[in-house]
Amino acid sequence: MERLPLERKVLSENDRIAAELRTRFQEHGILCLNLISSPGSGKTSLLECTLESLPRHDRVAVLTGDIQTDNDAARLKRFHFPVKQITTGGTCHLDARMIERHLADWKLEDLDLLFIENVGNLVCPASYDLGEAAKVVVLSVTEGEDKPLKYPSIFFKSDLLILNKVDLLPYVPFDINAAAENARRVHPGMEIVKVSCLTGNGLHDWMMWLEQRRRACKPAPATLRS
Amino acid sequence: MHEMGIAYSVLAAVRTEAARCPDKAPRKVGVRIGEMSALDPDALRFCFEAITRDTDLAGLELDIEICPFRYRCRECGHEFVVQDYQSQCPQCASLETECIGGQELDLVYLEVEEYGAATAGTKSTQ
Repeated sequence: MERLPLERKVLSENDRIAAELRTRFQEHGILCLNLISSPGSGKTSLLECTLESLPRHDRVAVLTGDIQTDNDAARLKRFHFPVKQITTGGTCHLDARMIERHLADWKLEDLDLLFIENVGNLVCPASYDLGEAAKVVVLSVTEGEDKPLKYPSIFFKSDLLILNKVDLLPYVPFDINAAAENARRVHPGMEIVKVSCLTGNGLHDWMMWLEQRRRACKPAPATLRS
Repeated sequence: MHEMGIAYSVLAAVRTEAARCPDKAPRKVGVRIGEMSALDPDALRFCFEAITRDTDLAGLELDIEICPFRYRCRECGHEFVVQDYQSQCPQCASLETECIGGQELDLVYLEVEEYGAATAGTKSTQ
């Protein structure tokens, strides 16, 4: 028996494409965010609120993933920003090749901000790098506050936790402090914002976070082309 | 449940490697999975067996090494396995620690054997 060393990532092909995408995003000063949550936590609602509050001329686009239907793209298109549905046909996550393919007929030089709404799933999307600058995980108060402990990988890898549907707090037995504590146990120092997409409560904090990240990924003035 | 996709990726790597040594049969492939990789080893084994069954790679063994969730202290250099998500250094109590293990999803090795060696009756020990 002979043992041949392999020593590479199982997902090396995905990672290669993701690294290429990341380089392209950086070259164009695009902030790319990968939004991940369970089904029904409010990723699409959050994007609706976000797109609604951005100026019409803003250079924003959305790729939205689902196993079936283009319902989410239809919901998001009414804000007049470029939106494309990625229908995976069964696959429980987006991968870098899907992103590359669906970006093909968009001009990156026309964009500053790209949202990728992943397939609703707290497990599988954690394994696939999409070339994003940051992952953002959404958890709603109708879920359990122990979700970060049950699905640590995605909370560990995400820069920001959005606790959504806080308008329902008076009606559900959800301990929001325990949820935040659990998230920070898995990911010490994790940034957290609490929002309600229904009332608009807390959305300002999310928009501030977004603005800060957008500024941070702009190229230095010396390298700006006219 | 993305273990099926991962199993296919492992299989693709095996086939690529096996094509480089056409006179040898792949017998075992080694992978490394971190505790924080969001992957279930049993589900991966199940998927791998399912996609190799009734193919030329039937019986190809999948050797999974689980890598613990590990941190290193930036202050004192101590490396430790994280228990119950406690990332504080158990030696000097510093909170300045960084993750050094537990997210692996790596191909490690492929064991191959001369065609005929296994069918000769005894398991090759050479």
